[in-house]
Amino acid sequence: MRHIISLLMENESGALSRVSGLFSARGYNIESLTVAATEDPTLSRMTIVTAGSDEVIEQIIKQLNKLIDVVKVLDLNDGKFIERELMLVKVKATGAFREEMKRMCDIFRGRIIDVADGSFTIELTGSGTKLDAFIESLDKAAILETVRTGASGIGRGDRILKV
Amino acid sequence: MANTQKITGADIVIRCLEQEKVKFVFGYPGGAVLHIYDAIYNQDYFKHILVRHEQAAVHAADAFSRATGEVGVALVTSGPGATNAITGIATAYMDSIPLVVISGQVPVPAIGLDAFQEVDMVGVTRPCVKHNFLVKDVKDIALTMKKAFHIARTGRPGPVVVDIPKDITAHLSEFIYPDTVEMRSYNPVTKGHSGQIKKAVKLLLEAKRPMVYTGGGVVLGDASEALVKLVRALGVPVTNTLMGLGGYPSTDPQFVGMLGMHGTYEANMAMQDCDVLLAVGARFDDRVIGNPKHFFNKSRTIIHIDIDPSSISKRVKVDVPIVGDVKSVLAEMNELVAAENPKQSSALKAWWAQIDSWRSKLCLDYDNSNGLIKPQYVIQKLWEVTKGEAYVTSDVGQHQMWAAQYYKFDKPRRWINSGGLGTMGVGLPYAMGCQFADPTAQVACVTGEGSIQMNIQELSTCKQYHLPIKVILLNNRYLGMVRQWQEFFYENRYSESYMDSLPDFVKLAESYGHVGMQITQPGDVEGALKEAFAMKSRFVFMDFITDQKENVFPMIEAGKGLSEMILANDIGAEDL
Ligand SMILES: Cc1cc2nc3c(=O)[nH]c(=O)nc-3n(C[C@H](O)[C@H](O)[C@H](O)COP(=O)(O)OP(=O)(O)OC[C@H]3O[C@@H](n4cnc5c(N)ncnc54)[C@H](O)[C@@H]3O)c2cc1C
Ligand SMILES: Cc1ncc(C[n+]2csc(CCOP(=O)(O)OP(=O)(O)O)c2C)c(N)n1
Ligand SMILES: [Mg+2]
Repeated sequence: MRHIISLLMENESGALSRVSGLFSARGYNIESLTVAATEDPTLSRMTIVTAGSDEVIEQIIKQLNKLIDVVKVLDLNDGKFIERELMLVKVKATGAFREEMKRMCDIFRGRIIDVADGSFTIELTGSGTKLDAFIESLDKAAILETVRTGASGIGRGDRILKV
Repeated sequence: MANTQKITGADIVIRCLEQEKVKFVFGYPGGAVLHIYDAIYNQDYFKHILVRHEQAAVHAADAFSRATGEVGVALVTSGPGATNAITGIATAYMDSIPLVVISGQVPVPAIGLDAFQEVDMVGVTRPCVKHNFLVKDVKDIALTMKKAFHIARTGRPGPVVVDIPKDITAHLSEFIYPDTVEMRSYNPVTKGHSGQIKKAVKLLLEAKRPMVYTGGGVVLGDASEALVKLVRALGVPVTNTLMGLGGYPSTDPQFVGMLGMHGTYEANMAMQDCDVLLAVGARFDDRVIGNPKHFFNKSRTIIHIDIDPSSISKRVKVDVPIVGDVKSVLAEMNELVAAENPKQSSALKAWWAQIDSWRSKLCLDYDNSNGLIKPQYVIQKLWEVTKGEAYVTSDVGQHQMWAAQYYKFDKPRRWINSGGLGTMGVGLPYAMGCQFADPTAQVACVTGEGSIQMNIQELSTCKQYHLPIKVILLNNRYLGMVRQWQEFFYENRYSESYMDSLPDFVKLAESYGHVGMQITQPGDVEGALKEAFAMKSRFVFMDFITDQKENVFPMIEAGKGLSEMILANDIGAEDL
């Protein structure tokens, strides 16, 4: 099953490589990994999207907790949570495509953030599946370039991950 | 402890080691650590032991720790010094041995420029350390060293690398060594959950076929006494892993021997057939339970005490997990058991009758009549001659298994070997570490002619420091363990497992200034051992020419289950 794991770790050089190294060394699946400093600059927050059986997920959580720099680990799937990902898509916007792209962008509640002669750049946020759906719905030939951040997640309500 | 006077980074390193009450540093100098070596020249807090290869420095520090329970310390230079240390670090990591390894690094401004003797030590060691640090400011040395020792020795112990660039060992700073260290990201649990502990005791008291299986955690956690108390009070059978030997006295009637791939028939059968299993500081290794599927052909309730949550339910699903320090958890269990004052039930009597019938197979008997020296016999005699009190270090191979099976360890921290990584070449440096730890003790290094050649250069170190180690070479002229597998699984195709062109070990030992002996007749084994151990101040290299084709039994083939052992008498070892 797909799991989203959030973790807080000391914001030190090499911290990211400890996590990514753990995943590759133990053969754990890694769909995406995002990381940035938090409002407290001594801490980084990471969101890891992974998949595995319950036993594998249990081991992943334990192994992450075991890393000396890791302060807290939370499996978001243990409760209610929200997941968001940002995608930037550069699409062809010539002739008939121009209107079509604007319309699709509106339907998916995206925003056009750069307009050039032959192209638009669209910004879209949502769950991974929503972003997939947007890509699916575009004419392949119209897609010039895409970039995605990978998912960020946060617990709902009073599920709070903090030190 | 504050000191307003500024001293160099190198001196700070020395003072940190002093504060940690380090007695020995095993090391080898080089460019990046010259400032540190200069500081060593001017101090007498600890003794520096100059090895002949950095791998041996780490192994010796590792053995010093295994023998004493203290943190072992090694010091190596950058680049090749650092990479030579890797095998030692990985060996300690796999067996959870607390070490601090200090490596030199190129000066901070040169990092990343492919400088002379630069290697990314933090990157290279990351998968085989408990933690590592690159110190980039002289002001950080003391706190980093404090953290390194703290991390190495607490929780599940392990090696910690501190990589120190050369320039900062010349920079000046005040020396302030913190008394304590707090890390919000690292707080290992030591006290077990009392509800779980109660549940465990109840299960054990009600069990019909209880079994206790203990490992390296009992040795590492100095919990031998508490274990003996519990096992005796419950009146149950107990087995040790290779790493746990000595954790429970081997000559005690409740001990059923080592379990696993080369474990005893009775230990493996009891492990498979028990209804309640208490696992203590052991990690259900693949060499121990064989095929997990086969293990679950029979159902049993498993209680598992371990300080590392990731050891629990990793390979084997556990029913009652108890995360905590063995010593503290066992003490709590002992209190609860004492309050119950259990009597031997009829079910337990029947269980012992079953175990005794398994024991009557005498699975460790061997045929000693062909006129050749049997390796098992050498170990039995070694046990007798040393009265079971020696530190026995071992290399890796058949000789290691025979040492584990036939030397009866009654005390923890006496059996020193590489279990998890299985590193050939550890034997001699391990013996050095033990001899430094206990200078007047008898130290025997059981080895093979393959393994001993992997760190043979240390004969020179042994001479320099007058270490009266006794090397027990079980010389079968084969990479015996490899040959055994080739015999069983590759139809006797002995591909590259014959050890040709061996040196004359007697002359070799003599050329290093030691005593050499070669023993070829079974009748001479005991006398030679007595003679060697009587030379209390000399290093003696004993080359026993043993039966070449002897195999280790019992044996569980890879992928097979615990009750599917091959026994010596099943095969008739002579026919092979
Ligand atoms: C050639 C060869 C053959 C082998 N054959 C066998 C064999 O037949 N049988 C066998 O048993 N092994 C055998 N081994 C060794 C095997 O590979 C493993 O190294 C060994 O079985 C692991 O032992 P262990 O389970 O005691 O774990 P260890 O590696 O000793 O781990 C200790 C466990 O205790 C925990 N721990 C540490 N400190 C504490 C504490 N204070 N409190 C609580 N828990 C703590 C740790 O977290 C860890 O889980 C063989 C090795 C070689 C090289
Ligand atoms: C560094 C290293 N290389 C290879 C091996 C694989 N290996 C395991 S046992 C063994 C043979 C050891 O031979 P020897 O030291 O003569 O001992 P014997 O088995 O003959 O007693 C080998 C090659 C290993 N464990 N370690
Ligand atoms: Mg050999």
